[in-house]
Amino acid sequence: MTQSSKKENGGILKKIFSDLTFKRGIASILIFLILWEIGFRFHEWFGIMVPFVGKIDAPTLVVARWREVVLQPGYWESWYLSFGRVFFGFLVAQVIGIPFGLAMAVNKNFRGLFFPPFEILRPIPPLAWVPASIIFWPTTELSIMFVTFLGAFYTVVINVLGGARSIDIQYLRAAQSMGATRWDLFRKIILPGTLPSIFIGAAVGMGITWEVVLAAEMISGGGQQSGGGLGFFIWSSYMGGVMDQVIVGMISIGLAGYISSSLIRYLGHISMPWRRMF
Amino acid sequence: MNQSDVMILENVSKSFGEDWARETVVKDLSLTIKRDQLTAIVGPSGCGKSTIVNLLAGFELPDEGRITLEGKPLLGPSKDSLVVFQETALMPWLTTYQNVVFGPQLRGDMPKDELKSAAESIIDTVGLREFRDKYPLQLSGGMQRRAELARALINQPLVMIMDEPFRGLDAMTRQLMQEFYLRLCEQEARTNVFVTSELEEAIILADSIVVLSNKPASVREMLQIDLPRPRNLDMLNSTEAYEYKRHAMEILHEEAMKSFKGTDTNSDFLEAYSRRA
Repeated sequence: MTQSSKKENGGILKKIFSDLTFKRGIASILIFLILWEIGFRFHEWFGIMVPFVGKIDAPTLVVARWREVVLQPGYWESWYLSFGRVFFGFLVAQVIGIPFGLAMAVNKNFRGLFFPPFEILRPIPPLAWVPASIIFWPTTELSIMFVTFLGAFYTVVINVLGGARSIDIQYLRAAQSMGATRWDLFRKIILPGTLPSIFIGAAVGMGITWEVVLAAEMISGGGQQSGGGLGFFIWSSYMGGVMDQVIVGMISIGLAGYISSSLIRYLGHISMPWRRMF
Repeated sequence: MNQSDVMILENVSKSFGEDWARETVVKDLSLTIKRDQLTAIVGPSGCGKSTIVNLLAGFELPDEGRITLEGKPLLGPSKDSLVVFQETALMPWLTTYQNVVFGPQLRGDMPKDELKSAAESIIDTVGLREFRDKYPLQLSGGMQRRAELARALINQPLVMIMDEPFRGLDAMTRQLMQEFYLRLCEQEARTNVFVTSELEEAIILADSIVVLSNKPASVREMLQIDLPRPRNLDMLNSTEAYEYKRHAMEILHEEAMKSFKGTDTNSDFLEAYSRRA
């Protein structure tokens, strides 16, 4: 115990940078960037164009463009807007989805009532809801959030339901014979037993919300505010024919998604200590 | 009712499935569990041992017949007939200590400091003091079984039901666990039911062995094991133990073969098998 905490205090950064996995990761990203750059420059150097890669603006151009873009407030507003939409939709999906999934898992009548409509609605892609949702909700902002919510909701519910129902019956039986009431079973067995599935649902759901929010922003025109979100940022850059800015937008989304899923992994890490002892 | 009878099963039957495909798993099973004795239940695999465990623990109720615990009918799971499960049923999200105090904490029937000291002494008894704050997945197979024993013991059940508790352990660990369990039983009198498919394990541990028939399960024979106590695993080499084993083996073979009856291929196999035995 004391030994490991001492180790952790001794410079986490130093440990990360000397880690082989970290070095490999850096190397693979560098190699990827170099190949991309070569692919683009091939035409200049040898007069032949490499198909596909040759048409995409080189990393150096993208970085140059990025340095301009970060100075524009619109870019950061887009970050802020997309993040806001994603987190709002995601949060509501968790708040409604987790209890809903748990209720279906533990109560046969509830499941009988709500599972069929849920299963009918589930195959409808969230983006198919965009027109209906624009009509239904008073503001574009709310309709984008609603579509984002749908993106995560189904995944959350399915994971929670499946996770809660696959809890080993021996845990329930053991607790029951030690005197657990129904409420105890729910609180002390089903809830912690479902936690891993809740986090899997959250991680997958987070990915889907990012996909959905971007598409929704493109379709809806990004709302009335300036910036309009990262999806709208890409779309308007494309309309303006600024290809390197499209790529700036794409990479921004990659980073945004990475930040969000890291956050969820971190939350999972601290709330499930029994899964991190190896 | 005799004072020494803790649990009595009278003509218990249990079937599963819908009416059109009903299978009787336990039929007319009558059995008495004696106080402070270790009763082993052995039977050919697939004969319905798990169903008997579920009946003893109150997870299932008999279709016919009745089960009484200290004279009162058994109507559901309770801490008085606790199961130590096959493999492990420790909650993976609780540490050893948290698992051990799980039952008493749930019921709130023990003052806090009393519970703490009781839990610590039981954890000591099973030799897991240093693993008190580890999670089940950090323990080896043998430690998990001991932790599970501790979790059951602290509830002071009237009857402790061991459902093939050492299954899945490697041979060495299994032997160690058997020795440990022997000592535990001989230190303090407890009423135990030990379900197993290993005959030798049953002989060395038990005061009496119930040999089950093939499915549907009923009592084929009761064997009193009069090996002296304290026992050790070497006693398996004694002539008495050998006699018990030979006798029980004969019955078990006979019962096991019933599930092979029917086809020609099987009768060839059976002939070869009985010659070997």
